Amino acid sequence: MQRRIFIKRLVLSAALATAGLTATVPVLGADTIKVGILHSLSGTMAISETVLKDTALMAIEEINAKGGVMGKKLEVVVVDPASNWPLFAEKARQLITQDKVAVVFGCWTSVSRKSVLPVFEELNGLLFYPVQYEGEELSKNVFYTGAAPNQQAIPALEYLMSKEGGGAKRFVLLGTDYVYPRTTNKILRAFLKSKGIKDSDIDEKYTPFGHSDYQTIVADVKKFAAGGKTAVISTINGDSNVPFYKELGNQGLKATDVPVVAFSVGEEELRGVDTKPLVGHLAAWNYFMSLKNPTNDVFKKEWADYAKAKKLPGADKPLTNDPMEATYIGIHMWKQAVEKAKSTDTDKVVAAMAGQTFKAPSGFTAKMDEKNHHLHKPVFIGEVQANGQFNVVWKTPGPVRAQPWSPFIEGNDKKKDEPEKK
Amino acid sequence: MLMRALSMRRAVAAVILALTTLLPCLAARAMSPELIHELAFGENDAKIKALGALVAADDPKALPLLQALVDGEVQTAGNRQVLLVKGDNATDAVTGAVVAPLPESRDDVVINNRVRREIAGAIAALKLAAPDRAVRLAGVKALQGGADEDMLPAVKHALAKESDAEIRGLLELTRATIQLGSSDRATRIAAIRALAVSNDVSTKTLLLVVLGKKGDAWAEPDGDIRAEAEKSLRSVEGRLSTGEMVGRVFSGLSLGSVLLLAALGLAITYGLMGVINMAHGELIMVGAYATYFVQNLFRSYAPAAFDWYLVAALPAAFAASALIGMVMERTVIRFLYGRPLETLLATWGISLILIQAVRTLFGAQNVQVENPVWMSGGITVFANSVLPYSRIVIIGFAAAVLTMVWLLLTRTRLGLFVRGVTQNRQMAAALGVPTSRVDTFAFGLGSGIAGLAGCALSQLGNVGPDLGQSYIVDSFMVVVLGGVGQLAGTVYAGLGLGIANKFLEAWSGVVLAKIAVLVFIIVFIQKRPQGLFALKGRMAEG
Repeated sequence: MQRRIFIKRLVLSAALATAGLTATVPVLGADTIKVGILHSLSGTMAISETVLKDTALMAIEEINAKGGVMGKKLEVVVVDPASNWPLFAEKARQLITQDKVAVVFGCWTSVSRKSVLPVFEELNGLLFYPVQYEGEELSKNVFYTGAAPNQQAIPALEYLMSKEGGGAKRFVLLGTDYVYPRTTNKILRAFLKSKGIKDSDIDEKYTPFGHSDYQTIVADVKKFAAGGKTAVISTINGDSNVPFYKELGNQGLKATDVPVVAFSVGEEELRGVDTKPLVGHLAAWNYFMSLKNPTNDVFKKEWADYAKAKKLPGADKPLTNDPMEATYIGIHMWKQAVEKAKSTDTDKVVAAMAGQTFKAPSGFTAKMDEKNHHLHKPVFIGEVQANGQFNVVWKTPGPVRAQPWSPFIEGNDKKKDEPEKK
Repeated sequence: MLMRALSMRRAVAAVILALTTLLPCLAARAMSPELIHELAFGENDAKIKALGALVAADDPKALPLLQALVDGEVQTAGNRQVLLVKGDNATDAVTGAVVAPLPESRDDVVINNRVRREIAGAIAALKLAAPDRAVRLAGVKALQGGADEDMLPAVKHALAKESDAEIRGLLELTRATIQLGSSDRATRIAAIRALAVSNDVSTKTLLLVVLGKKGDAWAEPDGDIRAEAEKSLRSVEGRLSTGEMVGRVFSGLSLGSVLLLAALGLAITYGLMGVINMAHGELIMVGAYATYFVQNLFRSYAPAAFDWYLVAALPAAFAASALIGMVMERTVIRFLYGRPLETLLATWGISLILIQAVRTLFGAQNVQVENPVWMSGGITVFANSVLPYSRIVIIGFAAAVLTMVWLLLTRTRLGLFVRGVTQNRQMAAALGVPTSRVDTFAFGLGSGIAGLAGCALSQLGNVGPDLGQSYIVDSFMVVVLGGVGQLAGTVYAGLGLGIANKFLEAWSGVVLAKIAVLVFIIVFIQKRPQGLFALKGRMAEG
């Protein structure tokens, strides 16, 4: 009984809060194009998603300063779905039907994307999704600017099993309990099996969203590691990462003994964690702030200036990360596609998106695949440094084409590499 | 493990070389510019080769350079210059001369885990021959479980020279791990027997290798050796599982103390006063934000004393939450005594207001509360169980708060009044107790304790506007399970739930453990609505 009340209360408070936060940037004359931003600005995912909202605002400001899209200014509608998955669907519907936005940039967790997907398909909206995810999905209405498993998870495992990566023989698959970690781990388990790793050498563990007590987990990892060279594959999402990494540091689990490679931890998540005990733990991404190239220098400077001008929290130490880069690429590619299609109509923009290229801060030219709605991206593996930055220890020679249908899941070979037309 | 072993072997073989030849000219050549250049500019394979050569010279002068590499304090300038950079000061790694001003364009020398492991081995090997006992001890500890046959002479040499009992013991264990791979049967059996006293996790790994299978055949064909290894493994595992059990009980105690802290305030406001305070979680949150606020004050105005900000944060957190609690009681709750449903709704509303107020003031994102340095790290009880200081401190803190509350309620005049008022309001009033003021104070006390809990929790988890919501369910669970109106019940329920949860987690995983605990409590409350401990007498019915 009590529990039900709490849940209701949670939903209500979230709704109340978001009602207050919904804000529309002042209308700049009637001739504008509306775009929606759908990121959690409160709750467990706010740690990761808030900066994506700011990145999107920055990119849109940049576009507007250069004359907008087809001569029209972009008008932003920001909503806060508050890390509440059903609320994501409600807010998406509101953006498309009430605010009549041409495109939505948003979502982080796969559960939120799964929740809005039917809305976008029903109303023929357009969503740009900027985060690495588990694949197994291809919708006409979504462009995936983050990595598919073969652009992040699989290369990371190959690295860990290599001589440079420490030659891991046993694996702990540790994640938050929802669709992305479960599916990714299913793919990784199949991949490891194909490499001759036995089931007894794989330990799969899940924790709920917002979990904060990682004592048992870390102790269990230690115990498991006694059986041979072990690596931890972490798909923990949101603010749980802070207590997890704190516990790792406190219990003295060193990267030289048991490296932890994370798929959802970037520069932003490590802000506020003492990274000295974490030196050497890894992350796999398609972009790191520490990459040295002219495009990245411009991107970092633009972000630092924007953060300072808007007095964003943490502006004294501006950080960029992979999903921010993916957001940035997505917005610019959408602009290019709209200008090519000379229309914001979803079907026309979708057609124009195929084959779009953009010089990305990763130093490579990202290309939207002609068919499968995913980007061709390079893969980097970085080690955490004492200053909270990542030092790239491995990378692919060039961009990799995404495989949304992982070959390691049975039956995927029969699936088409492009969305079913509706 | 293998990698580490290899590096150790190389490093220690090098040390032996140096020890036996003892050539002064070698030492003079130790820090050759070529090697340093390789270390700074070479590929990983070249780096590792250079490391071996550097250690071969057995020059303790190499230690600062290696340590600097690990700490990321080595930089390169141009094509040749290698610098040791500490803050704004730099010295040339080859000449040792101070470099000022710093060259404009410098690159960090970056190493990966593989190189880091090799360097750790090299450092350990160099330390083995150091004159300082502490340094030697650190070296031999680093060698634990990472030894190989080539290191045997070095370890024997160190054993012959070593007089310190602790280091000798560790060296003997190291010797045993090396002799595990010996070709002599008797030596192997002796080594396996010696390993039975080891506390190190890596020993288990080594013994498992002896017992492992290659394809269908045993890796170790000799049945006697396998039997000995089995025996030693059992003894090591026995000790390791004791350590594990200690760790598990400790983490249960730690979770229990967190639950206890969160629930203690509620035990007063709900347990003693009967107010269903849905804003209890938010009072915890206010305490955590007060801690954050004090932390920021210290950072701005007294950075030197930053490590002790918690001492100032405790009273601040207590005062902030107590004040809000007292205002709540004066303005809202007192008009609703005896109407639980309205109290529930009103306090729920207050909780929403508090959450939104914090969002407006501090932003919706989590804020960072840093652990003071003395709360980072932990003590090693067994090789496989580390008890983090932060958790030890919080267990101690929970005990201290509990003691204080107990003393306050049983030994002071205010406590007497509170108990009197809650047991029989009319009679207390008739005896001249200012009941309404006592109510305010009691509610303030409960709220203040919630603030203290917030201060403690800020050291473990995330601090955000939603912090309270993750604890309020647990708090009510503990109080209801323990029995309303009983401090002792809250204590037993808090610790009991903590330990039960941790053991369930180990057995069934985190998600199922949480479900199991909830189901258990639902069933328990059905069977025994009054909780673990029920008050006897008239109060129980009223």
